[in-house]
Amino acid sequence: MDFPYLSVILFLPTIGAILLVLFAKQPRTVKLTAAIFSFIPFALSVALFVMFDRSGGLQFVEQAQWISSINAKYHLGVDGLSLPMVILTTFLGFVAVFVSWKINLRTKEYFAWLLILETGILGVFMSLDLLLFFLFWEVELIPMYMLISIWGTPPPLGRKEYSAIKFVIYTLFGSAFMLAGILTLYYSTPAPHTFSMVDIASGTMQLMPVIPLASIFFLIFIAFAIKLPVFPLHTWLPDAHTDAPTAVSVILAGVLLKMGAYGMIRLVAGFGGGGLVPGVAQHYAGIMVVFAVISVLYGAAATLRQTDLKRLIAYSSVSHMGFVLLGIFALKQLSLTGATLQMFSHGLITGLLFAMVGLVYDKTHQRQIPMLGGLARQMPVIAVVFSIAGLAALGLPTTIGFIAEFTVFVGSFGTAAFAASQTYVVLAVFGIVLGAGYILWMLERVFYREPKEQYNGVGDADNREKAYIFAFVVLIMLFGIYPRLLLDVIGPVFHSFG
Amino acid sequence: MNFWLLSPELSVCGIALAVILLDLVIQQKKLLAGLSIAALAIPIAFTIVLWGEQQTSFNGMLVVDNFSLFFKFLILGITALVIVSSVDYVSKFARFQGEYYALVLFSAVGLMLMASTGELISIYVALELSSISLYALVAFLKDKKSSEAGLKYMILGAISSAVLLFGMAFVFGLTGTTQLDQIVDKVSGLVSGGQLWDSPALLLGIILMVAGFGFKIASVPFQMWVPDVYEGAPTPITAYLSVASKAAGFAVILRVFYTAFGIPLLSENWGMIFAVLGALSMTLGNVVAIAQTNIKRMLAYSSIANAGYLMVGLAAVSSLGRSGVLFFLASYALANLGAFIAIIAISNKTGSDEIADYSGMARRTPALALILTICLVSLIGIPPTGGFIAKFYIFNAAIQHDLLWLVIIAVLNSVISAYYYLRVVKVMYTGEAASEEAVPSSIPLRAALTITSLGVLLLGIYPWVVLRLAEAAVVMFSP
Repeated sequence: MDFPYLSVILFLPTIGAILLVLFAKQPRTVKLTAAIFSFIPFALSVALFVMFDRSGGLQFVEQAQWISSINAKYHLGVDGLSLPMVILTTFLGFVAVFVSWKINLRTKEYFAWLLILETGILGVFMSLDLLLFFLFWEVELIPMYMLISIWGTPPPLGRKEYSAIKFVIYTLFGSAFMLAGILTLYYSTPAPHTFSMVDIASGTMQLMPVIPLASIFFLIFIAFAIKLPVFPLHTWLPDAHTDAPTAVSVILAGVLLKMGAYGMIRLVAGFGGGGLVPGVAQHYAGIMVVFAVISVLYGAAATLRQTDLKRLIAYSSVSHMGFVLLGIFALKQLSLTGATLQMFSHGLITGLLFAMVGLVYDKTHQRQIPMLGGLARQMPVIAVVFSIAGLAALGLPTTIGFIAEFTVFVGSFGTAAFAASQTYVVLAVFGIVLGAGYILWMLERVFYREPKEQYNGVGDADNREKAYIFAFVVLIMLFGIYPRLLLDVIGPVFHSFG
Repeated sequence: MNFWLLSPELSVCGIALAVILLDLVIQQKKLLAGLSIAALAIPIAFTIVLWGEQQTSFNGMLVVDNFSLFFKFLILGITALVIVSSVDYVSKFARFQGEYYALVLFSAVGLMLMASTGELISIYVALELSSISLYALVAFLKDKKSSEAGLKYMILGAISSAVLLFGMAFVFGLTGTTQLDQIVDKVSGLVSGGQLWDSPALLLGIILMVAGFGFKIASVPFQMWVPDVYEGAPTPITAYLSVASKAAGFAVILRVFYTAFGIPLLSENWGMIFAVLGALSMTLGNVVAIAQTNIKRMLAYSSIANAGYLMVGLAAVSSLGRSGVLFFLASYALANLGAFIAIIAISNKTGSDEIADYSGMARRTPALALILTICLVSLIGIPPTGGFIAKFYIFNAAIQHDLLWLVIIAVLNSVISAYYYLRVVKVMYTGEAASEEAVPSSIPLRAALTITSLGVLLLGIYPWVVLRLAEAAVVMFSP
């Protein structure tokens, strides 16, 4: 048997968490352990990226019996859709350790939960068995609950405990329906029933559902729609993102939302074939695209109105994930590729934006935009990187933000999946205009007005901070200038969509 | 008359009698607990050796099969953990420490026999043996709340026994036998018209028996006693009531309904009864639990809710549903015992069961807080804990049985339950500690906590071993 790369990547963070709880004494040792046990998975996933066979298909597959009586398997594997997500997760997981370097409250618990969280998210992207997928989908809840409710923003600025439980209840509410959906799907497969996502999505299986396929589709879909989030199910997001500690916001916006998008793509497009519940997405694409456009425009409009820097970035996610929804339900190779690119790009860009907000807050202890101003003088490096991240977010060419959004628009324009696609795309493009508005206006108010005296003498980014923010910038530019690196991996997955 | 088949029960009886006798001479009462735990290895060993037997004895009164042995093992394990967790608690009593352990053991005999008989009268006698011991144990603290709880439990328990007996009388009157496997032959004749209404008396008998057993498993609408009794009883006894008593109750229900009323026409009907009672139990339990401020009361309502989930497994009349119930009981026993033992350890120090007093526990005792969290997470049903697999398995069976509506009610109930379980976690982890004083726990408590929390995780990550045992245990039932 080949080396189980995926299992190693998946469980190293948890092993690290157990080790540091048991053995690490000094906060410094804790942080170093966390750094090591998040670096190795990152390095390994980059290695997988290099070794990945560009012609497509599922690779690095591992399979073992798990619960034989119901035919549930421990089944892992990655394809061109999940591999970028795995890399994004391990990268952000590694960076999150450095973003959290200054955490001094209950250090050990914090890094343990952070590492366990990483395992949960990775598991979602790697699982090829629906029960295993669902298990990892829920594993992430408790670490997230702890991270937000203990290390989040305390009153009066935030409502960390409220936000944490809101996040959990929203997610559990969605997974409640998803569980029912998964089970009905399981019993729709011919005996012996199977949880295998690959088999179900292969299209060779004659499904015999007891309830209409569309209802199974929506039972599962609602969990992903909450996670993505789709308007009007988005209200947990601004609270959770705003009140989470910086590193957790980075991970939340960076990869946690992608779990929703990833699930949707698997549901709609499977592994490049019919999807988990075949033949439903086409019927409802026309409705979905309306929600996509509302999410884009409503999200952007709401973002314009925010005065809290972190909340502003949080709301912008609603708008940006709307593009993903648009790309998915345009059901074309190019649009689905664009959606995947947008997931990756949003993970990097918004991850960086949250990290930058964290730095600004760290230095100034202020998040209210009206109270900030002219910071470009006091913290030039932060100002420059923040601006780059902002420009990437509004889709400036040479950044991955441009490539991703452009691909979504080109892919969705003229699709046959829903009527009047041109109109919808044009409406969605208007979201970019609003995006330029809120990003530039925010940058102007925070960095480019008259400097304020009380911020004289606040420091700029230190070397460790520079290291990780530059790493983000390099990746954003690298994939922006040479997107083939990713396109070669993602493209073949959606080959059959034409 | 094969006494070998009765060896687990006989040896537990022997231990109980030995405890009473030794109580007269031993001054160091902790020794009694140690002795009973060590001696419990004997019945456990008998149970393991007997695994695979399939015999009846004493004119059909005693049935030894994998099903009964699964429950005997479970009940013995629970009893051992309860005795371990009682050691510190009981030392608060000035008198009757020996009797306490003896009563726990006697009620264990009753519960084991409940799982192991194929005859109505024996079921009733076994149930009374366990109940009467438990009435005394509930009132053992002898303070106001405990006495009230004991009295309440006894009166309501006596009524429910009467109702059960009444139901059994109907069934006996109609069939002329108390043997479960003979009842089923007669019953199919009674409803040969294809309608349950052909025999209203049988229907009444079944409903009365459901009511009697419903009391034992804390199902709505027979749950009135639960919150007061759980709050007033000594905490180890609350733990014992909530898991062992419930497990034996479900054992009897499974045995009676699958053996005596196991024909498809009937199972459709009683399946629906359990589906409705299950939906009511979990909804009432979870909704009312939100309002509780005392953790024992909260877990009392959670116990009602869990009876509801378990009844989903009964409603899904199938092999998957039956084994799901067994697995759920095992995982629920571990998680609930773990939670109660953590509560015992904390209240030994703080003397309070109010959730507000758990504030800052994560700093005062990180290990206890973590274990309590794991157990509560398992009760919600979030992976990687046994509670997740257990719920998944039972819901799986229900979907197979076309009970989508019930599953949706059940999963939404799990969402509600997350709110009140996580509130305890929140208080422990984010609240301000009332004092910085550490909360020590004795070695027996630590051992019990380690076993339960590791068990909960093991059932969540690699459930296959226990699932296979559960499947082997229910294989002889049909459909």
